[in-house]
Amino acid sequence: MMSPVETSRTSLVVAMSENNVGKLMTVSDVSVCFAERTVLEHASLTVERGKIITLIGPNGAGKTTLVRVVLGLLKPTQGDVWRRPGLRIGYMPQRLHIDASLPLSVERFLRLGLRSKAKASQAHIKKALKQVGAEGTLTLPMQTISGGEWQRVLLARALLREPDLLVLDEPVQGVDVGGQVALYELIAQIRSQIGCGILMVSHDLHLVMAATDTVVCLNHHVCCSGHPEAVTKDPAYLELFGEEAARLAVYTHRHDHAHDIMGAVKPASEDKREV
Amino acid sequence: MSDFILRALLGGIGVAVIAGPLGALVVWRRMAYFGDSLSHAALLGVALGFLFHVDLSVSVMLVCVVVALLLVWWQGQQRIASDTLLGILAHSTLALGLVVLALLEGVRVDLMAYLFGDILAISSQELWWGLLGAVLVLSLLAWLWSSLLAVTLHEELAQVEGVPVTWLRIAFVLLVAVVIALAMKVVGILLITSLLIIPAATARHFARTPEQMAVGASVCGALAVVMGVLGSLQWDIPTGPAIVVAAALLFILSSVLPLRQRI
Repeated sequence: MMSPVETSRTSLVVAMSENNVGKLMTVSDVSVCFAERTVLEHASLTVERGKIITLIGPNGAGKTTLVRVVLGLLKPTQGDVWRRPGLRIGYMPQRLHIDASLPLSVERFLRLGLRSKAKASQAHIKKALKQVGAEGTLTLPMQTISGGEWQRVLLARALLREPDLLVLDEPVQGVDVGGQVALYELIAQIRSQIGCGILMVSHDLHLVMAATDTVVCLNHHVCCSGHPEAVTKDPAYLELFGEEAARLAVYTHRHDHAHDIMGAVKPASEDKREV
Repeated sequence: MSDFILRALLGGIGVAVIAGPLGALVVWRRMAYFGDSLSHAALLGVALGFLFHVDLSVSVMLVCVVVALLLVWWQGQQRIASDTLLGILAHSTLALGLVVLALLEGVRVDLMAYLFGDILAISSQELWWGLLGAVLVLSLLAWLWSSLLAVTLHEELAQVEGVPVTWLRIAFVLLVAVVIALAMKVVGILLITSLLIIPAATARHFARTPEQMAVGASVCGALAVVMGVLGSLQWDIPTGPAIVVAAALLFILSSVLPLRQRI
């Protein structure tokens, strides 16, 4: 026999799956506690197809913990996680150190992400590298490529899984400001190309605002969320990041040219999203 | 060539061949000290084998696996750095092994044979069991290779991509335990780690892919075994240490050799 609580939960799940076709995953009212510390408190999050959602917050706010819950690496102490059945996740981790003693080319690195041999054709890998604008790195050892190329190669590995959902943990770290803008533009472009949902983590406030549809401001709990323009005016946001953050307008950037991976100037591509 | 030399060469080469790829993994994962600790624990395995009249290879493998699992569990519990924990486990298990051996009545153990190897005394039966073990380890390594590499790079990324991370961790510890049990006969407990890491470090100079490094490590290890066994016969020196010295010489030689392309 079903208790009333179980009944209501079942109907909630049914309602969620009927409600929104574009929903990829939902985290509802999730709390995570480690030993003595509560890292996440009643956090909720919905990722939809074709949308970019960015988690911002100070260091130690629980951003990576929430990402680990989304990825299924961590079971929350409390709350529910719903994933669309058969959801394919492409993940770009924050830190990936490759020991100097491991001889590994970019191609081999990308191949390691493919579980089935059928897909491991070189054409497939080259296509993914071209998609992220790092086609020149194919045969290079991983340890010799630049910070920007490294992030692009990581992104290519996530893309090779043909994801419905891309989870990017600090995707622009170790990249100079010009490169960061280009990388955010690339991420937005990928979203429109393959129509996946993107969940991004960032502690940067300035550049990321222009590159996202929704901002979720996290400090153990969700302080505020919504459109970036709105969030930057929210009192909770101002309290968390100070007045200085308010003076930084949402960064907009208009290109009349672009740079290829070697830094040379080339004409701006036609399909670029104006921001 | 005498039978015992042939057996020594075959057994030694067999162990070197499996130590190659596993040693490469140990080097990439920076687990040299972990391997060292497990091999110290092997002496406790020897002592317990005598105590309970169990085959020594079996008891050594069991003790290595138990110590490895204990270590993983302990790392989650204590606020002590893992190198300190490894040091505690390595030396206390070695000491405990020596104490238990001393307390055993009616057993006289040639300690040097276990600490520094006794490859020239390898029996036909031991050789066959050893070769069977080597074939099993190699098959398992070949089967799990890509997954082991993926986990070496980034455990959580591998997990998201569908690699059964926990099982691989257990498999890796088991593989190391088997290699320690087999290598104990060849170079002895105190020198096992060298057979894992020196050939792998040597092969790094020539390798452009992980697989080249793994196979190269096997070749360098086998070469060291041949040099060590022949050298020990020629100059009447202990075989285990001679093998390690040969491996070290190959490493030095490889690092001074000028190479056109290095990655």
